[in-house]
Amino acid sequence: MTMVEEALFILHRTIAFGTPLLLGTLGEIVAERAGILNLGVEGMMSVGAVVAFGVSLYTGNAWLGVLIAAISVGLLSLIHSFASINLRANQVVSGLALTMLGLGISGLLGKSFVGRTPGGTIEPLDLPVLEDIPYLGKVIFNQDLLVYISLGIAVFTWLVIWKTRIGLNIRVSGENPAAADVSGINVYRIRHLAVFYGGMLAGMAGAYLSLAYIPAWTEGLTGGRGWIVIGLTIFAFWSPLRAIICSYLFGLFYVLPYSLQPLGIHVSLLQSMPYLFTIIALLAISRESIRKRMGSPGALGKSYVREEI
Amino acid sequence: MTGLRQAIPRITVRRRKQPLTSRESLTLILASVAAGIFLGGLLFSLAGVNPLYAYGKILQGSFGSIQGWKEILRKAIPLIMAGAGLAIAFRAVFWNIGAEGQMLAGATGATWVALNFTTAPGYILIPAMFAVGFVMGAALCIIPALLKSKFSVNEVIITLMLNYVALQIVTFLIDGPWKGETQHGYPYTDPFVQGARIPRIPGTFIHYPTLIIAVLASIGLFYFMKRTKAGYEIKVTGSSPKAARYAGISYARTLVMVAIISGGLAGMAGVGEVAGIHGKLLYPEYVSAGYGFTAIIVAWLARLHPAGVIASGIFMSGILVGGDAMRIRVPLSSVNIFTGLILLMLVSTEIFRTYEIKFSREDVP
Repeated sequence: MTMVEEALFILHRTIAFGTPLLLGTLGEIVAERAGILNLGVEGMMSVGAVVAFGVSLYTGNAWLGVLIAAISVGLLSLIHSFASINLRANQVVSGLALTMLGLGISGLLGKSFVGRTPGGTIEPLDLPVLEDIPYLGKVIFNQDLLVYISLGIAVFTWLVIWKTRIGLNIRVSGENPAAADVSGINVYRIRHLAVFYGGMLAGMAGAYLSLAYIPAWTEGLTGGRGWIVIGLTIFAFWSPLRAIICSYLFGLFYVLPYSLQPLGIHVSLLQSMPYLFTIIALLAISRESIRKRMGSPGALGKSYVREEI
Repeated sequence: MTGLRQAIPRITVRRRKQPLTSRESLTLILASVAAGIFLGGLLFSLAGVNPLYAYGKILQGSFGSIQGWKEILRKAIPLIMAGAGLAIAFRAVFWNIGAEGQMLAGATGATWVALNFTTAPGYILIPAMFAVGFVMGAALCIIPALLKSKFSVNEVIITLMLNYVALQIVTFLIDGPWKGETQHGYPYTDPFVQGARIPRIPGTFIHYPTLIIAVLASIGLFYFMKRTKAGYEIKVTGSSPKAARYAGISYARTLVMVAIISGGLAGMAGVGEVAGIHGKLLYPEYVSAGYGFTAIIVAWLARLHPAGVIASGIFMSGILVGGDAMRIRVPLSSVNIFTGLILLMLVSTEIFRTYEIKFSREDVP
């Protein structure tokens, strides 16, 4: 492979690696914009991966797998929203519990899936003309449909948050729930919906991992991506469009270890890159974020209690 | 319409005037645990595993047999040690989710001592391993404490990310510079010399010196929280950082203090695993083995009471051991269903501590 070919290959894989991160981050952005911190992403992704794999295994239809994964994980995430919204539970602990539960459920459901290949997988598209565009064609137009869908969802999420009434309601609920309540917004309902949306996207992210990224199910498939998503949400300043760039940047950190291996650095050290860069990224933005409070929802992580009797 | 309204009991929710009595509190904890175990059984039955079979296996394999108790005490050691530290950290609302990585740091430190000072006698070597393990675990935990207090960086993410970094570093060490010459190419270090192994109760894996340290640490921390000024400052910082600042309590110092306690104890738990059980450094999955995460529930189940961690540590260890006993039928990770649900139930029933719910037939004005 020439240098250029290798660079193009790296960029191509970067987008694939970044896609589950993007989907998860978009979901977390919406939930956090509404004021709910959901640390359950790692568990939700894992359940999404196993459900999508199972549906594809038994029906042969990968897209049905993606759909059912999204819906079932959306429903699963309501456990967290019910506990943290209605029962006013501590959101950090409730989210951690959801992750443990999700990892347990996926282990139990996936026990017979280990080592099998799914009935249907999500394959890269053949786009005859676009694919032949020099350089760009191979990188951008040789991806699978879910990559384009995730980009569509990013734009859609941005539009909803910034250009629609419901987006305004989400932002007010996360910024100042009491004011939202006074102005007639049903804060609880908005927050439940936002968490559900986040759950659906985490489910899709999981489906991407088990059907497109590496079509297989193994335990620990998510490998900490759900936690990286929590960091990316902050790194992207809760903006769906910035989330695209940030997710692909972190996708690159997942790809580079394989390309840098010939340099003689141990692969384990290289594989700690995404985690180290998450720390560095959070540190780099910390000071500015205090000064400008860029996008951080004011009531994030706090239960809203309507009235005290 | 009015008739119907009278038939339905009126539900009123109001803020409690007094906190729960300790008996009510214990009942609530036990009810939450029972609910978690019941729901877990329900999920197992949905997956085609008879829940009664699962419960039977868990009980038989854990609290119901001598062999089970040996295993329970062995696995309770890291849970009590790390859980006691986490209880203190959570009291200060410092969300240390990194006990897993801190255990690995401690294990790495102990391994370094064991591999480099092979001729030292055991009574020097083992205390040195615990000391270095404590320092390594504490050092890893101080990073998020400083980042949080100085730059308000979220400690949940930093501690979690450091778990993965520690995991990769251990993998690198056992497959690179520390790879054993006598291990036939397997990624382990060479076995520790006899002096670097923590003694065990014969016929078991219970490395009792570590167990004694863990129990003493929990009791010591109980008095530390109750009697000392520092313990009081931790409590004030946890309930209101603002009030703490007005009272002249340094936020950074308090966070660093709880980081040293919780990270250090997790580090010592890691020392116990390599020097008391394995006798070498090996795959990180076998060293920290999820104890760091289970310790979170141990701390929460004890309601962040450092001495209560002894009881909750033994209980959660029983769940882990029982999960092990079911391994033939279901994967080991499915025990997470029980731990996750128990934690969820515990955190969800917190509401009964601040609010009381009354059912009454007459209209309350």
